[in-house]
Amino acid sequence: MNEYSTGSDSEYANSWITWFLSTKGNEYFVEIDEDYILDRFNLTGLNGEVVQEYARALDLITDQLEDEDDMDEDLRETIDNSARYLYGLIHARYIITTRGLAKMLDKYRSADFGTCPRVYCYSQPVLPVGLADAPYQKAVKLYCPRCEDLYSPKGSRHGNIDGAYFGTTFPHMLFMVYPHMVPSKGPPVPGPGGPGGPVGHVGGASGLPGYLGHGPTGIGSISTAAAAIKAEVYDPKLFGFRVNESAKLKRWREAMRDE
Amino acid sequence: MDPNIDAMSQDADMMEEEPEYASSSQGSSSQTSTLTWINWFISLPGHDYYCEVDEDYIEDDFNLTGLQSQVPFWKEALEMVLDVEPEEDTLTIPDVSIIESSAELLYGLVHQRFILTKAGLQAMADRFEQSAFGICPRVYCQGQPVIPCGRVDTPGIDTVKLFCPNCQDIYGPMSTKYSGVDGAFFGTTFPTLFFQTYPAFLSMPFKGFPPPLPSPTSTSATSAQTPSSSASTPSKADANTNPSPIGPPEPQTNPDPYGGQKLPSSGQYVPRIYGFKVSERARSGPRMAWLRNRPDEYDDLAKVDWRGRWLGSRAQAEEGRGGSVVIEKTGESGALFEEDEVLVKSDNEEEEEEEQ
Ligand SMILES: [Zn+2]
Ligand SMILES: [Zn+2]
Repeated sequence: MNEYSTGSDSEYANSWITWFLSTKGNEYFVEIDEDYILDRFNLTGLNGEVVQEYARALDLITDQLEDEDDMDEDLRETIDNSARYLYGLIHARYIITTRGLAKMLDKYRSADFGTCPRVYCYSQPVLPVGLADAPYQKAVKLYCPRCEDLYSPKGSRHGNIDGAYFGTTFPHMLFMVYPHMVPSKGPPVPGPGGPGGPVGHVGGASGLPGYLGHGPTGIGSISTAAAAIKAEVYDPKLFGFRVNESAKLKRWREAMRDE
Repeated sequence: MDPNIDAMSQDADMMEEEPEYASSSQGSSSQTSTLTWINWFISLPGHDYYCEVDEDYIEDDFNLTGLQSQVPFWKEALEMVLDVEPEEDTLTIPDVSIIESSAELLYGLVHQRFILTKAGLQAMADRFEQSAFGICPRVYCQGQPVIPCGRVDTPGIDTVKLFCPNCQDIYGPMSTKYSGVDGAFFGTTFPTLFFQTYPAFLSMPFKGFPPPLPSPTSTSATSAQTPSSSASTPSKADANTNPSPIGPPEPQTNPDPYGGQKLPSSGQYVPRIYGFKVSERARSGPRMAWLRNRPDEYDDLAKVDWRGRWLGSRAQAEEGRGGSVVIEKTGESGALFEEDEVLVKSDNEEEEEEEQ
């Protein structure tokens, strides 16, 4: 696979982490502070997870690997793979620390993880999440804080990343720490920024990112109904008329919402 | 705009013979002699959601009723779509690209009508079954194929969207190549009519399984209650007279023959922190579980009135429970976690977590 020494942009990268982050497909990751990695307490238990070349993989991540030139290709590849794997596992721990959450928040605010494909989420930025905390279980998914649902990344570039590198806790921890970043459930409030999305939307909804649309919309209130009552849902129509069965389901969902 | 169209307008001989549309799209010139305008148009990048409208359908004036006033240069556009040799006075048109966009508008408006016909629905069904329009991006829809639709029937307002018959929600296409495709060319009625025509493709509005019992440990108790809870379907009750304690419960089918008949992928995401469910009463807690929820059984749908409120005893039970919650929870932002699984509503609001 991509070797440290053969990556196109990597020749002059000054650190392994810089190279790793600039590699295509790794856009979801943030830079883990070296201090965090060097504190062995933070890595408790990981030497049991990374079976091969744990020590040298850690050295590679922290740019302390020695005698690189003397290694054969197989060994080098083993260390490379272990380093990427180890970085991912440390990443899952790091992004639920104060520093890590702040870095991921920055990426969320610039929609680096993409936006929700649901039409009535109005290009709401999403966050990566795992469906399992153990590696090799499930690929990474994207959590939308507006509809509170999970979506698959658009391409295989991100569709094959291990979800354990982000973990099941991360997005919910982020909104627990930054509750004001929870988007409103209703359409975004039209603002001076103008439409930001590539697609024209019906219903006067501008393309303002949803996280800017918070305000007196019931976020932070105890009641589900108060927060969710403005959420738009698709209303199937047949020649302009509501459809019986989907109308029944819609009313049932409203009753669930309002109770 | 399109250099190829300029070349066409200069070369009158080319217009008389079979038009070489393909050179502007695919660059393959070998098959151009047999390519119709419609074939060329639907082969353009991002136009693969369109189906091929029968020329017979377009040639029948009745099917075009009311469209003339919406399309500039109607006659010329119609000739282009049908590959009809233009008559002599077409030179008054300033730019062929105007005809081109009129032809696209005409085809789209006819397409909106054609896909509501039997032939059009069948053509779209064949492609739906091959996932030609893609799959739902929602994780818990588990690769459900989607169908294109519009949110408005008037062209020029909104782009094409994709309707998922499992979550019954609409999504933007995954690729930007569809960002120029008008949603009106598929229309608001199409997805509904499509799934009323093919209810086997549409997920049922209920989970189809009897509600889970409070104690999941006793398997025999679960299966023993199965026949009584599905008493509305006598044939199945007969089949279950000797319920096996190991066999899974048989799903309920939709008694409404016009409604969805497919067993839904009814799994829902449950937000967790360190493995614990985030409480609905937490400030950043979940508020949207209802959006993807559906009742366990068909009869549950009738338990709400036309305004979306619980009928009868259920409503009183809700009020009683709501009162006790208020007494329990007096903090201003509520607890972050569910303190106890017993506190979680044990009826069908409890989300069913389904690892796929
Ligand atoms: Zn969303
Ligand atoms: Zn879906």
